[in-house]
Amino acid sequence: MAEKTTPPKGIQERMERNIWGLLIVVAIVLSVGGIVEIVPLFYLKSTEEANRFPEIVWQEAGSTPIVAVTYDTDASGNPLRFKTDDQGQFLKKDTGAFVQDPRRGQVRAVETTWNWQPGDGIRPYTALELAGRDIYQREGCYLCHSQQVRPFRDERERYGHYSLASESMFDHPFQWGSKRTGPDMARVGGKYSDEWHRQHLRDPRSMVPESVMPGYPWLDRQRLNPNKIQRHMKGLRAVGVPYSDADIAAAPGLVQGKTGMDAMVAYLQVLGTMAKLDPGVMYRE
Amino acid sequence: MEATADYTAERKYDFDVVRWFTIMAVVYLVVGAGVGVYIASELAWPFLNFDNPYISFGRLRPVHTNAVIFAFGGCTLMGTAFYTVQRTCGVSLWSNRLAWFTFWGWNAIIALAVLTLPLGFTQSKEYAELEWPIDILIAVVWLSFTFNFIMTIANRKTSHIYVSNWFFLGMMVMIVYLHVVNSLAIPVGLMKSYSLFSGVQDAMIQWWWGHNAVGFYLTAGFLGIMYYFVPKQANRPIYSYRLSVIHFWALMFGYVWLGAHHLQYTALPDWTGSLGAAVSLAMIIPSWGGAVNGMMTLSGAWDKLRTDYVMRFLIIALAFYAMSTFEGPVMSLKTVNALSHYTDWTIGHVHSGALGWVAGISIGAIYHLMTRLWHTEMWSEKLVNVHFWTATIGTVIYVVAMWVSGIMQGLMWRAYDEYGTLAYTFVESVAAMHPYYAMRAVGGGIFLLGAIIMLFNVLMTVWKSASAGSLREARGTPAVAAA
Repeated sequence: MAEKTTPPKGIQERMERNIWGLLIVVAIVLSVGGIVEIVPLFYLKSTEEANRFPEIVWQEAGSTPIVAVTYDTDASGNPLRFKTDDQGQFLKKDTGAFVQDPRRGQVRAVETTWNWQPGDGIRPYTALELAGRDIYQREGCYLCHSQQVRPFRDERERYGHYSLASESMFDHPFQWGSKRTGPDMARVGGKYSDEWHRQHLRDPRSMVPESVMPGYPWLDRQRLNPNKIQRHMKGLRAVGVPYSDADIAAAPGLVQGKTGMDAMVAYLQVLGTMAKLDPGVMYRE
Repeated sequence: MEATADYTAERKYDFDVVRWFTIMAVVYLVVGAGVGVYIASELAWPFLNFDNPYISFGRLRPVHTNAVIFAFGGCTLMGTAFYTVQRTCGVSLWSNRLAWFTFWGWNAIIALAVLTLPLGFTQSKEYAELEWPIDILIAVVWLSFTFNFIMTIANRKTSHIYVSNWFFLGMMVMIVYLHVVNSLAIPVGLMKSYSLFSGVQDAMIQWWWGHNAVGFYLTAGFLGIMYYFVPKQANRPIYSYRLSVIHFWALMFGYVWLGAHHLQYTALPDWTGSLGAAVSLAMIIPSWGGAVNGMMTLSGAWDKLRTDYVMRFLIIALAFYAMSTFEGPVMSLKTVNALSHYTDWTIGHVHSGALGWVAGISIGAIYHLMTRLWHTEMWSEKLVNVHFWTATIGTVIYVVAMWVSGIMQGLMWRAYDEYGTLAYTFVESVAAMHPYYAMRAVGGGIFLLGAIIMLFNVLMTVWKSASAGSLREARGTPAVAAA
């Protein structure tokens, strides 16, 4: 074309005539904002309060199991495995019968001991809590419930201490939410009884008549799968959540025979109870 | 004259794939808006959840957002981008086959989304819910779209690349960045994965994605549509070339920063949120520049609004664009955000952008395309006008309901009585929302009615074109060969 023979004037016109030039410049311009806002969050020490206040994190995570589980063992100390169905649930008829083949059947917990107490610090979720969190994600709870208390007087009085970044350091993905159709969940742990939660999840309006929350009666019917939850914990360990081998080994014992409802309640009851925050301390500027 | 010109275009360019994208966009508009009205009703009348997992609000809401953004928005963008790039470059698509791959791939993704989301397979990141196997498919199909688009421009017969194509290109590149980074996750099962990032970093990455899904997918892409279809429909050149250059570069550079304003007062470091808010405020200028550029294209021909219903859609869309891009920066201000965040105000803001701007400009472009692609007038012009009024009234009712409920929520949550204690329990604020939630469902319902009218009108137009043989004639092929 005749026009093409006239030399382009200035950068703008140069790009308007050269798709590759335009592509490269656009690609560079588009990357700036993201790089400036996101990359420093990974290395700036001030991002995570735990760098200044290490006491808010449970220091034993990864070395001591959160919950220690002991199993039925044979004479040489190996856990016995019991027959299960394909969901990993013990067969009711054969509860006493164990199989020696380690690929078949499941270990059975005799005793569980907590090495962590509420307030000891932020830690990864136990197998049961994680199963609850998976359900929280699956049901889309985050679409109506935030998990992020802002530093305002009314939020402090309604929900509790403002949320810290480090409180969700093990949350893959984060569940801060963007909407409060229902109340904030960040510190709901311990505010209601387990039984209240169960009834409320089954039929919200039986507990709170004005509620617009859907009922989740199917959680009672869902049985947890121990193999699946171990896989999930291994995945989380691969992205940096400090689960010890013992935590993962304890998982089947913790979810064995439990329902989705049990898991959901365990998750809700731990929210906000991990770290003991001092109202007199400025954790964040 | 006009008709002959269209015939040459029909014979020269690959329009079949554009036709299919256009039809599917209208179908998905009805589906997406329909699901939206249903979940809006669930919030007003919660018995509609029926204790059924597959239709409970938390699972259906992603179906609604994915259907309107990726199914309706995606098909509109792909159809109009393929149309615009051919017309403005003077060449047919680099690969018609690849374009069909994009079409079928994208629709397969939509089908998978409709199947997996109600089953509860989700990454639980807003607007990026689809699980990792589908994410990979999205990346492949998106790249096929982008590559075909770029190669078509590379093949062009014109010397300069038209402004619409800059915007489309910017959107395509940015979506590649956003989708890839935000979807990084470790699979722990066929349909379950955990984000690579956690906590505050994950939050920032999610909202970098979240706001730019709006800023690029739903804005830059649709501005590409605006820059082609408004001048075309008005039959006048764009008002100011210089303004479009400023609009483009400011948008490309600036929009990327806005995500942080979704996290004001959270555990995100203050510097990030403030930076996001500052840039948000500055974005009013280019956004309004763009809106003015579109509207002023009509200067001297405003009388067209009286007779040209398609033009009405395009112009009301620009008005909503100007309104939302003013409201957005205001909401990003810390003092306003303290009140508006977590409330229905956000939902109202999104919908004034989504229903008013995105849907408005798309509907206008689609009506424009209908006559060009099927070589006939609309089956009913009157119904286009009915659609215009239902869409506008529905949107206004929706947005007003959410403004009132959002501000009321914010005020109730922070209200104190004379004893210095919180004046309302949370559930009192929920109860107070009921009339507005009902009003929102009604507004959405009116909008949906318009969409159904549009689908009917569009299908009747295709039928009219088929029975008159207009398309066959335009192609110049014997009746037998036209399949």
